[in-house]
Amino acid sequence: MSETTGESGGEALLELSGLKKHFPLTGGLIFKRQVGQVHAVDGIDLTVHAGETLGLVGESGCGKSTTGRLAARLLEPTAGNIRYAGQEIGHASRRGLKPIRAEIQMIFQDPYSSLNPRHTVGSIVGGPMEINGINPAGGVKNRVQELLEIVGLNPEHYNRFPHEFSGGQRQRIGVARALSLNPKLIIADEPVSALDVSIQAQVVNLLQQLQRDMGIAFLFIAHDLAVVRHFSQRVAVMYLGKIVEIADRDSLYTRPRHPYTHALLSAVPEVTEDDEPRERIRLAGDVPSPINPPSGCRFRTRCWKAQDKCATEEPPLVRLEGNKEGHLTACHFPEQPSVHGRDVVLDPALRS
Amino acid sequence: MSTPFLSVRDLTVDFHTEDGVVHAVNGLSFDVEKGTTLGIVGESGSGKSVTNLTVLGLHNPENTTISGEIRLDGDELIGASRSSMEKLRGNKVAMIFQDPLTSLSPYHTIGKQIGEVYRKHKGASRAEARDRAIEMLTRVGIPQPKTRVDDYPHQFSGGMRQRAMIAMALVCDPDLLIADEPTTALDVTVQAQILDLLKNLQDEMGTSIILITHDLGVVANTAHDVLVMYAGRAVERGTVKEVLHEPRHPYTWGLLGSMPRLSSAVDVPLLPVRGTPPSLLNVPPGCPFHPRCDYVKLAGPELCRSERPELSPHRGHGDACYLTLAQKREIHK
Repeated sequence: MSETTGESGGEALLELSGLKKHFPLTGGLIFKRQVGQVHAVDGIDLTVHAGETLGLVGESGCGKSTTGRLAARLLEPTAGNIRYAGQEIGHASRRGLKPIRAEIQMIFQDPYSSLNPRHTVGSIVGGPMEINGINPAGGVKNRVQELLEIVGLNPEHYNRFPHEFSGGQRQRIGVARALSLNPKLIIADEPVSALDVSIQAQVVNLLQQLQRDMGIAFLFIAHDLAVVRHFSQRVAVMYLGKIVEIADRDSLYTRPRHPYTHALLSAVPEVTEDDEPRERIRLAGDVPSPINPPSGCRFRTRCWKAQDKCATEEPPLVRLEGNKEGHLTACHFPEQPSVHGRDVVLDPALRS
Repeated sequence: MSTPFLSVRDLTVDFHTEDGVVHAVNGLSFDVEKGTTLGIVGESGSGKSVTNLTVLGLHNPENTTISGEIRLDGDELIGASRSSMEKLRGNKVAMIFQDPLTSLSPYHTIGKQIGEVYRKHKGASRAEARDRAIEMLTRVGIPQPKTRVDDYPHQFSGGMRQRAMIAMALVCDPDLLIADEPTTALDVTVQAQILDLLKNLQDEMGTSIILITHDLGVVANTAHDVLVMYAGRAVERGTVKEVLHEPRHPYTWGLLGSMPRLSSAVDVPLLPVRGTPPSLLNVPPGCPFHPRCDYVKLAGPELCRSERPELSPHRGHGDACYLTLAQKREIHK
């Protein structure tokens, strides 16, 4: 597997292979029948190694959150395999999943809707321990207070309710809850995008600190390329249910090959200090619908390099010549490995 | 120097709520020159949106107290009559909101919504308004504008809806466009398209723009001048280059230090601002930023805690902090 998923040190903790998730679309008034399906995730291979962070970036609707939910087995895949620590869990039963649930935890985007407003912080953070029948030395309350301290909250606030906390503090409660079962893998789905800039940095620093101290592996899902770069050792770029490029951080951000990666990077608004101009790529239109994705390469409808071959033949995710090991790109006509290339403007309103 | 197109002086906005008085904006002054973009940066609750709703007279008069001056092209807007504000809105001053889906009516076609503004202010006929709507849709880059003009908002994608909003805002050639987080709900590639489009239209039509955002990157790419707001007050003001490259206020340093960049060193922790923003019901006395500031000791704790620093009144690069310029330069290095 390691050849198709990008290399890195450490043993594979989570392996996704050929993973697909299609959601049915139903129509009809009385007799519901399936009229189509949303190809949310359409055949992806990914490996998360123990102790590392794999970043997953892409625009809305590209399937990155669905991938996260599949990895945590909150969803059952339509096809493909999910292996956790060598064990196949893709279609495992509730009972079969129970021992693994504790090791894979999730942090959600919205700190307001992901905490039960009627429970105290103590029962939110201690809940997972009680459900799993874990009795830490010194008691649950002690452990909860310890966790609150780790995430930078006042342990005295054990009896408070979520509404008494600010957004950033609530996200810390979510982190404490995820830590309560000593997980090996945390799936963080946009953990900072609902927070203000100054608070975002606090939470990012906290997560990084935890990873260093506890050696937890992260699948870090976000749309913000700068945050992902800051947090992840390896990064995968998704587009319409497919991985179009995956590489170590340095290769992806300085020597990207896929046109979509180029477009994404050039679109990030940046406060720059150096004067070297970055390439400017402005695509036309929006991402097509995943109900009826384009044939062949899915990016071809917005790509400036698309030719006939792109419509008929799906490009495989492979290592291109000159790329580092583990840097895989799915493109028939890759770009030069640089972010200082020529400008491409496809938007009709901008071309004039 | 010529008189600025929009000039706001000592603007104070208080909301009377059940919990007490919310001091949303507190003694704010700024100028917008003709044909330039002012970026207003701040976190949620810093008063950036309230300021601009006040410029348009869109606040609820029953529970709002406003004082100060807002002069648009020489006319005073505070206390202006309803009918004169109505003449202004959509005609001389227009606004683009964050969420294009909730700010368009789902029951009317895009063309009708764009044309309505034009008919009201210019007295155009239905046919003229429709032609104008098609012209505007072409200008903002909607493909097949002649057929899309009859579509409903739900038939448009997010980026296209925001383009339609821009078309609607610009249909009467306003002199001032207020864009409140115009790209926050959009994907990054679409955001780049929309920001470039705004810049192009500004060059073409000479519109002044107030761009409200929480993203310093957006400001760096789009604005000429920047105003950094914190707890209803302006803490720093200057050109983009001055504020982003030689920032002087500890809060601006905090914002810049919180933001990971594509070119910054990795594996170094970010430098966030500690604590959380204050509640506007209960703004700290003195400098509102002092409970979160690391330099209170250096600047003089007595002063920071008791007396509010003023944003130096002259034009150009200014900030509201008691540190001396030399200290600021030394720290920022």
